[in-house]
Amino acid sequence: MATTPVRLPHLPKHIWLKVGGWFEDRSHIYEGLLPIVQHPVPKTGKVGWWYVFGSATLTAFLIQVITGVALAMSFVPAPANAYDSLQYITHQAPFGWLLRGMHYFGASAMVVLITIHVLRIFLMGSYKFPREFNWLTGAFLLVLTASIAFTGQLLRWDQDGYWSVVVMAEQAGKTPVIGGLIAQLVVAGSTVGGPTLTRFFGIHVFLLPALIAGFILIHLWLVVFDGISEPPEPGVQVDPKTYKERYHAMLERDGVPFFPDAAWRDALFALCVVVAIMLLATIVGAPELGKPADPTIIQANPRPDWYFLWYFAVLSEIPPALEDWVILSVPVLIGILVIAVPFISNRGERHPARRPLAVFLVGGLLVSLVVLTLQGAAANWSPDISAASTARLPASVTSQATGQAAQGVQLFSEKGCITCHTVAGVGGKKGPDLTNVAGRLTREQLITRILNGGNNMPAFGGNITDQELQQLVAFLETLK
Amino acid sequence: MPKHLIRLHGLGEIGSRRRFLANVTFGFSGLIGALIGIPLVGYIFGPLIKQAPNTWETLGKVDDFQVGDTKLVSFTDSSSVPWAGQASQTSVWVRRKAPDQFDVFAVNCTHLGCPVNWIQSARLFECPCHGGIYYASGDVAAGPPPRALYRHQVRIQNGEVQALTFPIPTSG
Repeated sequence: MATTPVRLPHLPKHIWLKVGGWFEDRSHIYEGLLPIVQHPVPKTGKVGWWYVFGSATLTAFLIQVITGVALAMSFVPAPANAYDSLQYITHQAPFGWLLRGMHYFGASAMVVLITIHVLRIFLMGSYKFPREFNWLTGAFLLVLTASIAFTGQLLRWDQDGYWSVVVMAEQAGKTPVIGGLIAQLVVAGSTVGGPTLTRFFGIHVFLLPALIAGFILIHLWLVVFDGISEPPEPGVQVDPKTYKERYHAMLERDGVPFFPDAAWRDALFALCVVVAIMLLATIVGAPELGKPADPTIIQANPRPDWYFLWYFAVLSEIPPALEDWVILSVPVLIGILVIAVPFISNRGERHPARRPLAVFLVGGLLVSLVVLTLQGAAANWSPDISAASTARLPASVTSQATGQAAQGVQLFSEKGCITCHTVAGVGGKKGPDLTNVAGRLTREQLITRILNGGNNMPAFGGNITDQELQQLVAFLETLK
Repeated sequence: MPKHLIRLHGLGEIGSRRRFLANVTFGFSGLIGALIGIPLVGYIFGPLIKQAPNTWETLGKVDDFQVGDTKLVSFTDSSSVPWAGQASQTSVWVRRKAPDQFDVFAVNCTHLGCPVNWIQSARLFECPCHGGIYYASGDVAAGPPPRALYRHQVRIQNGEVQALTFPIPTSG
């Protein structure tokens, strides 16, 4: 690396050149950096646009560092003040709303961009020889990014953040034998409280950014040494015996300096990322905080940030019998699988057209993520708890219910039926839609279902009088 | 071994002195790391080393609860830090089953810990996260929870209902 001759830019013989020359003579900045920023890279052409997501992720990380430093100047990481200090940042501090908005959308950008980057690397087989270690450091960066996104959520100290940590601790707590201890380690005490917030603050603000910066350094270091992968071509095989020779011959033949031949694309795309984040922060703004984290306010509807909704959906959809097994072993198995990727196949074809399995895996992953995220956002498995007291069935339904059935309408809300069942578009979606239930079930079947429950419905036998049952069934029978 | 690794470890030189000095340097550096690491690791695992004791907390007078009713009671954890604010509070569901019998349930769903809500008219606990539902007795009525609601130990002293606290309950 250091053997590459230093190419000083051609500047006019000018006082600034003399100043610059002195500065360079004493600092060796050009001498040290030029060979790095001008390291030869393969000519990529238009495919080069696929190579911008790594530096874009780095840009998002830098936005997080910069806005994070600013936020940390006002944020108070104590449960008694955290929520209020964040409200102060959002609504009173000059530029506070913008900084918080940028930090929020910067986090989203970082998660999205690193995901695209990983998928691009996988699809183009860029992780193959000799870049296995870069895949590994990238995998760590992915985990660290998810961790920093998760720990940031708690710092808002609203109900979503608070209960997300409880859910996290409960998952860790499913470990056999030492589960309880691990859960206490996650929340840094016996319950989620003061020590939890300060610990998450320390991890989010100091530990994880330092680790991420360190891994980025190794990641880039390797890029400089082994070079970026050339655009894949169908039929061109990676063979560890010949690859390096072929790669260097190619660089000799038609390599170009990274700066500026490739870097301009990174700079342009990074600018787009920054503009997009600032536009979102300005126009949409960071979401308002939920209710403050307060264990005495039980009416919570905790949801993770949007990029974790897919996992929220997974947690409610795995069969209960498999759940503990899935929660504990699947993340570990995924980790092992990801680490194993470059060792399973570090040679052979790189072009996606010759790697149908890779394309199929990525396609399947993307479809699953989108479907699960949508399901997580809808969360139809959750009862609509507030519906019991607030929802009103539409007149088109209630007007047909007279006499006993009119009482049944009341009971439908009071007994909580409406929290799980929809009638004419109103109510929860956990159970079947009952808009036309009388067409499906006979009177006897309705009574049996209500009294005995089953199929994931509670039994109401112990909680309904004979008269109430008659009234409720009378109402349900009007739903044809 | 590549040449630069040999050079780093002093193996390229004749004589064992340089090799010895290389090992000493590595050894000292490792020792520095270990020494600095001890308090850090100790601090990280501190919550396990110094665990808060379980305490009996008063939930109210026996007469505050009507037989057959279930209601939310919050109390202040005596072990919480002074800056904990509202987080020093713990909530439990208290059910007076019979004149002298109380059930005290942790609010945490046994599935993944979200707070269950008591729907008085339906006489059910419902969880807002993944749809767990429990009967008034704490038994599972529907949804993914693997077991009944966690119960606190209860005692009645001097006409007061008291419950024994426990750390964040897990089903592991």
